[in-house]
Amino acid sequence: MTPAFDTSQQVRFHDYWLDGAFDEMFEAESVPRPHYRALYEMLQEMPLAEMRRRKQSADVSFLHQGITFTVYGREEGTERIFPHDLLPRIITSAEWETIERGLAQRITALNLFLRDIYSDGRCLADGVVPREIVYSCKHFRREMRGITVPKNIYVTVVGTDLIRLPDGRFVVLEDNLRVPSGVSYMLTSRQVMKRIFPELFRKAGVRSIDHYSEALLATLRALAPEGRPDPNIVLLTPGVYNSAYFEHAFLARQMGIELVEGRDLAVHDNLVYMRTTAGLRRVDVIYRRVDDDYIDPLAFRADSTLGVAGLFNAYRAGNVTLANALGTGVADDKALYAYVPKIIKYFLGEDPVLDNVETFLCSQPAERQHVLEHLDQYVVKAVGESGGYGMLIGPYSTAGEREEFRRRIQADPRNYIAQPTLQLSRAPCFLDGSVEPRHVDLRPYVLYGDKITIVPGGLTRVALRKGSLVVNSSQGGGSKDTWVLY
Amino acid sequence: MLSRVADSLYWMSRYLERAEHTARVMGVHLNLMLEHDLGSEGRRWPRVLASLGSREKLQGDEFPTAQAYALDQIVSSIGAARENARQVREQISSEMWEEINRLFHESKRIGTPQSFRAQPFDLVSAVTQSSHLFHGITDSTMLHGEGWQFIQAGRFIERVQHTARLIDSHFQEFYRAGAEPSSAAEHMEWIGLLRSCTAFEAYCKVYTADLRPERVAEFLLLNAEFPHSVRFGVERLGQSLEAVNQATTRKSDRLGKLAGRLAASLSYTPLEEIMSNLHEFSAGIRRLCGQIHAGIYQVYISYPIEAALGA
Repeated sequence: MTPAFDTSQQVRFHDYWLDGAFDEMFEAESVPRPHYRALYEMLQEMPLAEMRRRKQSADVSFLHQGITFTVYGREEGTERIFPHDLLPRIITSAEWETIERGLAQRITALNLFLRDIYSDGRCLADGVVPREIVYSCKHFRREMRGITVPKNIYVTVVGTDLIRLPDGRFVVLEDNLRVPSGVSYMLTSRQVMKRIFPELFRKAGVRSIDHYSEALLATLRALAPEGRPDPNIVLLTPGVYNSAYFEHAFLARQMGIELVEGRDLAVHDNLVYMRTTAGLRRVDVIYRRVDDDYIDPLAFRADSTLGVAGLFNAYRAGNVTLANALGTGVADDKALYAYVPKIIKYFLGEDPVLDNVETFLCSQPAERQHVLEHLDQYVVKAVGESGGYGMLIGPYSTAGEREEFRRRIQADPRNYIAQPTLQLSRAPCFLDGSVEPRHVDLRPYVLYGDKITIVPGGLTRVALRKGSLVVNSSQGGGSKDTWVLY
Repeated sequence: MLSRVADSLYWMSRYLERAEHTARVMGVHLNLMLEHDLGSEGRRWPRVLASLGSREKLQGDEFPTAQAYALDQIVSSIGAARENARQVREQISSEMWEEINRLFHESKRIGTPQSFRAQPFDLVSAVTQSSHLFHGITDSTMLHGEGWQFIQAGRFIERVQHTARLIDSHFQEFYRAGAEPSSAAEHMEWIGLLRSCTAFEAYCKVYTADLRPERVAEFLLLNAEFPHSVRFGVERLGQSLEAVNQATTRKSDRLGKLAGRLAASLSYTPLEEIMSNLHEFSAGIRRLCGQIHAGIYQVYISYPIEAALGA
C-alpha cells in the first residue's frame, strides 16, 4: 500500500529568519516561546499535504460565508475575500492582563476628555491640550457642545490598534473611536479555526470570544434613553455598497436586531421611527456605522442620502441614543494622539499603562523642521485619514513621493504628523508550503456601556507582502485568529 | 418587517416573473415563425411586442427590433431581480441567492445579442428553468412568513397582468365569435397561446386536444386549478395579501376589498358575458391589479408618516 500522501514532506521552516523585530513565536533560532510550543510541535508533526488541505478547507469556508470587503477606488463594488492566515497569533494571559488594564485606562480617560471638551473645557483652560488642536480638528463637532449623552458615554465601541516593539512592549499606534470595523473577522475566523484545529485548541487552552455580540447588545441596551425599559435597538448601515456591509449584516444577525438604512428611518416630533410593514415603530438606540458627516443632512452634510433628516434634533432632545456619540473623532485625531498620555495623567492621575509611539506634530515649527529634514526616516500620516490612505513610509519612499509630502506638509502642517519607522513584531504565517515571518499588529475591541468589556482576543492584521509594514486590508493586508490563553 | 425589505422581495419576484414570461413568449413565437409562410409574418411581431407591454411603434423589418426588445427585457429584468435580492441578501436563504446570482451570470454570458440571435433557445430555457428552480428553492428553504408572502404577491400580480394582456391581444387578432380555427397555421397560433402560458398539456387534460377559442379563454381566465390561469393567480394574490394583513395587524380592508372584487369578477362573471367584450374584461383585470399594486405601496411601503402616527 502506498500512503495517500508523502509523509516525509513536512512543513518547512528553512525560510524563517530572525532580525531586529520582536518575533512572536521564537525566542531564538528554533527555540519557540513556551506559549507557542503546542503550535510549533503540531507544525513539526503535521504533513505538508494535511496542512494544505486544512488551509484550503478554511479558505472555502470563508468564501461560502461571503466574508468579503470592498476595495474602493477600483471597479465599482469590487468585493474581495479577506485574506486569512492559518496560524494563530498567541498572547499569554500576563500580556493580556496588561493590555486589558491599559485599554480600560485609556478609554476611560478619552471618554472623560470628550465629555470635558463638549462641556466645561477644563482641560483646555488648564492648558493640558492646546485649544487649537481641538478646535482645528475636522472631527470636532461644535453642535455637540452642551449636549448630555446617556451615562456620559461617548465612545461605546472602540478598536485600538496596538503594535509590539522590539523590546516586547505593546504600545498604542492609533485609537479608533468613530466607527471601528473588523470585529466580524475576529468572530468568523474563530469559528473557522475551531473546526480546522480542534486538537490544538484543547492543548493550548484558548479563552472564548463568542460572547462579543451578546456583550455589545447589553452595552447598547444599557445606553437606552430613560424611560425606555424595552428599547428597540437597530444597526444603521450606509447600505450594500459600503466596504463593511458584510460586518453590519453579520452583527445585526448575531444580535437579532434590525439592520436599517437611512431611508428606513424617519423623524417626527423629535422621535425616531422605522418604517415597517406593520406601521411605524419607535427606535431607541442606534448602533450607527455611518460617519458623523453623513448622519443627518439637516445638521451636517446636506448632500448626504445615507442619513436621516432630523436625527440630530431627536438626539439632542435625548429621545434616541447614538453609539458612538457624534464628535468622538476629535479624540482619535492623530495630532491629539500625542497628548493622550497627558490626558490620562490629568483626568485619572495615573501613568499610562500602555505607551504611545513617539510622535512629531508638524504644526509645531521645531518638530516640523526636524521631520522635513529627515523625511526618509519617518512615517508621515495625514491626521484625519485611516485605512492606510494618505501615508508616506520614509525608508521605502521615492524622492518624488518625499517631495510631494514636503509640499503637502508645508501647505497644511496641522494635517500631518510623523512617527519613527517602527519595527512591528512578526508572527509566523503559512505561505505556500513554508512558514515565514510577517509583520503584525493587534486590534482588540473595547465596549463601554455601564461597564467596560474587552473580549479576550482581537483582530491581528498581518502584512502578507514580504517586508511590508502596512497591515490594512485595503493595502494587501490579511488577518489571523488571535488567541488569548488562560 | 422593514418596508424596504418587503419592497425588495416584492420586486425581486416581479422581475423574475417578467423575465420568465418574456422568455417563454419569445420562445413560442420564434418556434412558430420557423414553420410559417413569410408573407403572414408581418403582423406577428407588433402583436408580440404589444402583448409584452411595449408601446414601441414598429417600422420596417420588425423582427430584429422585437428580438432586441425581448432580449433587453429578459436580461434587464434578471439584473433588476438580482439587484433587489442583493439588497436583502440577509433576508432570503443563501440557496435562493446562489440561484438568482447564477442565473444573472449565465444570462450575461448567453444573453448577448450575437448569441441570442444564433441560439435563442439557450437563453429561453435557461431563464424558464432557473425561475422554476428559484421558486422551488424559495418554497423549500425560506420561512413561509411575511417575506415569503410578499414574494408570492409579486409573482402572481405580475403573472395575472401578463396573462390577461396576452389573451387580449391574441383574441383581438384571431377570434371570430362562433368560428373555429380555419387553417393549420391558425390552429398553431392557438396552441402557441396555450404554450405561452405552459397550458397546452393541461388544457388537453381538461378538454382534449379539440381547440375551441371559448374553451381556451375559459381555461386561461377561469380555471381554478391551473397555476398560470388568471383566476388561480388572483386567488393566490388575495391569499398572500390576507396573510400579510394578518401578520402586520394593519387591518386594511382596502386591499382585501380590491382583491375580493377581482376574485369575484372571475368567479361569478358568465363566460358569454366575458366573451362579448373580452378586451374590456382584460383591461378591467389589469386596472384592478394596478390599484392593488398602488394599495400595497400605500398600506405597507410608502405610507405617509402622519397617517401612520394617527392610527
